[in-house]
Amino acid sequence: MLFKRKEFLQIGSLATASFMVPKFLKAFEKGQFVPPGNKVLVVLQLSGGNDGLNTVIPVQNDLYYKARPRLGIQKNNALLLNDEVGLHPALSGFKDLYADGSLGILNNVGYPNPDRSHFRSMDIWQSGSKSDEYVYTGWIGRYLDAQCSGCDKPTQALEIDDTLSLALKGEQAKGLAMKDPRRLYGTSNEKFFKDVLADHKDEAGEQPVDYLYKTMAETVSSADYIFQQSRLHPTNASYPNSGLGQSLKTIASLIFSDINTKVYYVSLGSFDTHINQGAQQQRLFAEMNDAIAAFVKDLKSNNRFQDVLLMSFSEFGRRVAQNASGGTDHGTANNMFFVSGGLKQKGVLNPLPDLTDLNEGDLKHNIDFKQVYATVLNNWLGTNAEKILGKRYDHLGFV
Amino acid sequence: MVVTNQLKNQHLLWRAGFGPMAEDLGQLATASQKSYFQALTKASKKQPQYLDLADNYIKGLMMGIDEIGRTQKKELNDEEKKKLRQSSRESIKSLNLAWLNEMIHSEAQLREKMSLFWHGHFASRNLNILYQQQLLDGIRRNALGNFGEMLKEVSKSAAMINFLNNNQNKKDHPNENFAREVMELFTMGRGNYTENDVKEAARAFTGWGANVKGEFVFRKYVHDEGEKKILGKSGQFDGDDVLNILLEQKATANYVTKKIFRYFVNEQVDEEKVNWLASRFYQSNYDIQALMQDIFTSDWFYHEKNIGAKIKSPIELIVGIRRMIPMQLQNEDVQLLVQRLLGQILFYPPNVAGWPGGKNWIDSSSLMFRLRLPQLIHDDEAINLSPKSDDDQQMGMKEDAKNMEKGNKGKMNANKIVRQQIMADINWQPFLEKFAKVPKEKLTTEISKTLLQTASGPSKQLLEGQADKSNRESFIKTVTIALMATPEYQLC
Repeated sequence: MLFKRKEFLQIGSLATASFMVPKFLKAFEKGQFVPPGNKVLVVLQLSGGNDGLNTVIPVQNDLYYKARPRLGIQKNNALLLNDEVGLHPALSGFKDLYADGSLGILNNVGYPNPDRSHFRSMDIWQSGSKSDEYVYTGWIGRYLDAQCSGCDKPTQALEIDDTLSLALKGEQAKGLAMKDPRRLYGTSNEKFFKDVLADHKDEAGEQPVDYLYKTMAETVSSADYIFQQSRLHPTNASYPNSGLGQSLKTIASLIFSDINTKVYYVSLGSFDTHINQGAQQQRLFAEMNDAIAAFVKDLKSNNRFQDVLLMSFSEFGRRVAQNASGGTDHGTANNMFFVSGGLKQKGVLNPLPDLTDLNEGDLKHNIDFKQVYATVLNNWLGTNAEKILGKRYDHLGFV
Repeated sequence: MVVTNQLKNQHLLWRAGFGPMAEDLGQLATASQKSYFQALTKASKKQPQYLDLADNYIKGLMMGIDEIGRTQKKELNDEEKKKLRQSSRESIKSLNLAWLNEMIHSEAQLREKMSLFWHGHFASRNLNILYQQQLLDGIRRNALGNFGEMLKEVSKSAAMINFLNNNQNKKDHPNENFAREVMELFTMGRGNYTENDVKEAARAFTGWGANVKGEFVFRKYVHDEGEKKILGKSGQFDGDDVLNILLEQKATANYVTKKIFRYFVNEQVDEEKVNWLASRFYQSNYDIQALMQDIFTSDWFYHEKNIGAKIKSPIELIVGIRRMIPMQLQNEDVQLLVQRLLGQILFYPPNVAGWPGGKNWIDSSSLMFRLRLPQLIHDDEAINLSPKSDDDQQMGMKEDAKNMEKGNKGKMNANKIVRQQIMADINWQPFLEKFAKVPKEKLTTEISKTLLQTASGPSKQLLEGQADKSNRESFIKTVTIALMATPEYQLC
């Protein structure tokens, strides 16, 4: 196998950890001395367009309450971070993270000429493209392309789901989707598939059939690898029995293993709250809050919280004004959460949205989401963001 | 690889249609490609039937608008809009299945295959069933006709006008979306026009709109009458003028021909062939049938390097299986789930650029599901996978919400496993009959040759090793299902 030197060094440190260090010594590694560069990103996609204004609430802003006489969250119900900013009442764990210095809130994130179709806007976020570009690869996928030529297993990026998102599809390399390591192992280990692979004469050609066999072989070997890794140090912490809770539990077990995964991707939804927003957002936030609280607690007790960055986003925010059905319609700019023990800047990272300066009833963005990607790619994942995003974006300072 | 007459015929049927039908198998070895192409052309010349799947609520609503039209009511109220969305969503599912059935059963295979190509070329995500079925009808009627006429009809369709915001394109407040996409994706392709051409063309399209019923309307009072300068020409152009200017550009013939070459012949473009085809396409004033004839009657189309070189799209895969082994599905809707899991849902292209195709269809999950699919059809096993949700389709009315209403407040969403089964009653008879006279020792080879387009495939030992040898019928069935579960079967 041909490694580029840089990749060899990174993968090499993991390989050393997993193969050359006796098991009893590994216990020491779990302490303060996690190998540098072993940073992990967890992307949490809030599908459907989460209402950012009822997530991070401008509790001093009359314009907010005026636009949302029924839907606005009153100051005394919000979880106050300071005089100006409150969190949705279901996000108690996030308030704790804030107090702890492990939460960053970035406001007014978006992109020029925003699209209000869920699918299209998600496409733009996942591909990391401009709103008048059509790009068939995702930003994490292109990270894999840049990082993994020569990798034999597509496990550097894992999505916890049954199908793979555009975000994780590169030109050459693609991430892998699975809901449960055991189920993935079961499906891909069918005898017939193994026989088909064994039967195939391995020709590393350029034909589509070679591509199919390569993908199949990678899937089967990754399934083995992931399953084995997931059993090395399975977490025994308690997680809520929700979808997100179980997904984060799977992720934690993998993080505690020696797996080479750098990016995990997981979704929660639907936040498309045109009607009865109150109940729906409350239910989803409760799930998110409890799952992340358990995840953070688990990471901390295993001394890995400083190496893990969890970042949330949604394809768009919602309109400032409530609608007539107890909900909100599709909007534009939105906030993002960063959760990590390794943040360089914490708390509310920039000013709340300016409700006096709207574009036809919608928030204006002043941070391009691609700046966030650039920051994470460069400063957290240690790669060349410009190559992956096709352009240089100013970095932010949160990591 | 020996390119047999049978292989060439299968190649034609896969590319100019959705693969051979069980009934066709007898003639595959002997008939000529020419006779097959003539038959396809003849069948495809017939006018397609309008697929009308709008439910009674929508039809009633539209009739109501006709009557109220006289009293100046032009818009629906919120309640009507909401109900329209809900019934549209259901009706689009029916339209999806109805068209899928045409692809499976229609003799006009070439027309339906071309229509699927144009459905991706003129991609429109639109949640209104009336607009969608109008657009589909326009595409199916013109699929083998004149490209210019189809371009004009599509450009004036309510589906496209709404999808690309041309209702909002007004004098002094131009919306450039349609003007940009018509140049970038429908005609010339990037690099052949300037930003200024887009701006000027947008002015020419001002006033093009569609009413609630999906009829084209020209709103003279918002049309910009001024002079525009587009691609070197100046005049008081309107939308039709712009489309004519775009059709005058050789770049348009080149762009469309290259896309057709990649879709019907090979992802690896042969520039020389494309140039030859494109110049003839241009000279014929965009006669699509003539272009397809140039392709499918050429020698090079049947060259080894073009056979088995294409990854089937999910629709080609599903339709192809259903043609080869005819079946009744107890629950036709399960095909929508399969489309979602494989990444191609008719009427829901990812964006206006359509489905990227080729290797983009394949990732570890989609490939493993493709390989499991024949077994799932054969064995009634549960699918056990959940597709991603699509909030544009669900409009906040997610299945979750419905479950909540029913009081099922326990475990919901992300980890909910959809326990759907395919439950197909396969009619094996026509398929079995075709192999009735094949000696037992040759069966596996013959079935392989019928199902696979690739130079090599899984070995006889592998296929027979796992086959059910208890009787001849079971043997044929299990070998067939196994072959369909191989990487090679994903290619055509």
